[in-house]
Amino acid sequence: MAEQSTLWDSLIWLAINVGLSLALLTGLLIIIAYLLLLDRKVWAAVQMRKGPNVVGPWGLLQSFADLIKFAVKEPVIPAGANKGVFLLAPLATAVCALAAWAVIPVSENSWGKWVISDLNVGVLYILAISSLGVYGVIMGGWASNSKYPFMGALRSAAQMVSYEVSIGFVIITVLLLVGSLNMTEIVRAQADGIGTSAGLPASFLDWHWLVLLPMFVIFFISALAETNRPPFDLVEAESELVAGFMVEYSSTPYLLFMLGEYVAIVTMCALGTILFLGGWLPPVDIAPLNWVPGIVWFILKATFLFFMFAMVKAFVPRYRYDQLMRLGWKVFLPLSLLAVVVVAAVVQFGGVT
Amino acid sequence: MLTAGFFYLFAVLAIASATMVIVARNPVHAVLFLILTFFNAAGLFILLGAEFLAMLLVIVYVGAVAVLFLFVVMMLDVDFAELRAGFINNAPVGLLVAGIVLVELIALFVSGAAGGLPSAIPAAAPGTEALSNTEQIGRVLYTKYVYFFQAAGLVLLVAMVGAIVLTLRHREGVKRQSIAAQNARTPATGLEMVKVASGGAVVPSSEAKR
Repeated sequence: MAEQSTLWDSLIWLAINVGLSLALLTGLLIIIAYLLLLDRKVWAAVQMRKGPNVVGPWGLLQSFADLIKFAVKEPVIPAGANKGVFLLAPLATAVCALAAWAVIPVSENSWGKWVISDLNVGVLYILAISSLGVYGVIMGGWASNSKYPFMGALRSAAQMVSYEVSIGFVIITVLLLVGSLNMTEIVRAQADGIGTSAGLPASFLDWHWLVLLPMFVIFFISALAETNRPPFDLVEAESELVAGFMVEYSSTPYLLFMLGEYVAIVTMCALGTILFLGGWLPPVDIAPLNWVPGIVWFILKATFLFFMFAMVKAFVPRYRYDQLMRLGWKVFLPLSLLAVVVVAAVVQFGGVT
Repeated sequence: MLTAGFFYLFAVLAIASATMVIVARNPVHAVLFLILTFFNAAGLFILLGAEFLAMLLVIVYVGAVAVLFLFVVMMLDVDFAELRAGFINNAPVGLLVAGIVLVELIALFVSGAAGGLPSAIPAAAPGTEALSNTEQIGRVLYTKYVYFFQAAGLVLLVAMVGAIVLTLRHREGVKRQSIAAQNARTPATGLEMVKVASGGAVVPSSEAKR
């Protein structure tokens, strides 16, 4: 973001960035359409059903059929709703979720870094934007002017704020090892570690998941809670609150909520990939594997994390609300706080980086 | 060029939404405008090159404090007619406070323009221009200002303990779940074999001891 000398320069700079952003978002949304199908297929397979298999070969076009169906339906706005906030809420959710992708580096090669904005506080940006996701939920729940949505919104506000704390501490442990808040630096730092210090070639043993295995587990569970995924989907627990904050929504506003939710989940998968699974680095840095472009590894790793999200959704029963709060505040918070102290001590006195 | 454009965008939006905070009739709308104000302030921080402060502003104020504000405002049953009736009575005090702040700002601006302020700011972190501002803040916060930092932390801790002391109450007769006790349960402790006489009732041993 150098100082722009002329109007022409800054316009070209703007056009390039808009083009890159559009390319990233298009790719992201198409991938998400298929991840959504994967989610439903995995869920169906665990329950010994077939899942979506009618639209297109193997149901491959199901997500697009759903998109068209949502878009052409009538948006119903309840009479008692606060109209402006009611319509702003799904937009806020979707925009915040997509905005997080500005700083996520998907690869790096001789052309440079594959990232829209190489912010040197990238991790904090992700934390900030993901903490904004809660507003869509609260606004939607309140503006619906209805009991169940409001209950759902209150639950989600408490839940998302609670789990952000432990996610924050988990990220701090990674940052202590890396010594930078830049996402690209975090991945680069994973090029050497336990494996290379034992004399092996750079491999998956160097990534942070091995050094910080307990933190990776806490991150994964907190990410489930942060994105309101099962087993922590008390915000939209259908047995208690119908559909929670989304009860009154229909058509495109509902679509935007769903989209925002899935983008947030994929963002968490990407963040987990960058923090713990070595981003775009190949599993083993030897000949056939490191010819594969980095972005392929990145997508494979993120998809693997998403697969785990989908499996958890399929076979873990929903938590009770007080157990959810207990887990967040009484288990994860002390554990992650302790981990920050231990990792800081090791980095300071053990000389391990 | 672009920077200037963004400055005016953020500045105008910040002032407009700050005005809307006090003008909006619906308190929830007012809080939402407050959030927009925070957001634009964060944008201004980024333009100043203080991206760390900008992100902290969004994480702390927008992500946590304003959520609680919104929470409270949505839950409270505020009587707006009564609130507005007090507006004329409170206006002189409000104007006085606003006037004092204006005078202070003018004084600050005049002394700053005279060269008092700019020399003080770089003196806080000398010789670290090559570092990112996250590192610069970290270096002075944990060395030169470590006692102030710890003292601020202590104040927050005391406030937290105080809030817990004020609101915590142990109610008698409430059955609480003890997950450790549940997990420690074995068939030996959880099961009890009782010989029931024909026509008699099952009396658990815990009841029988009373």
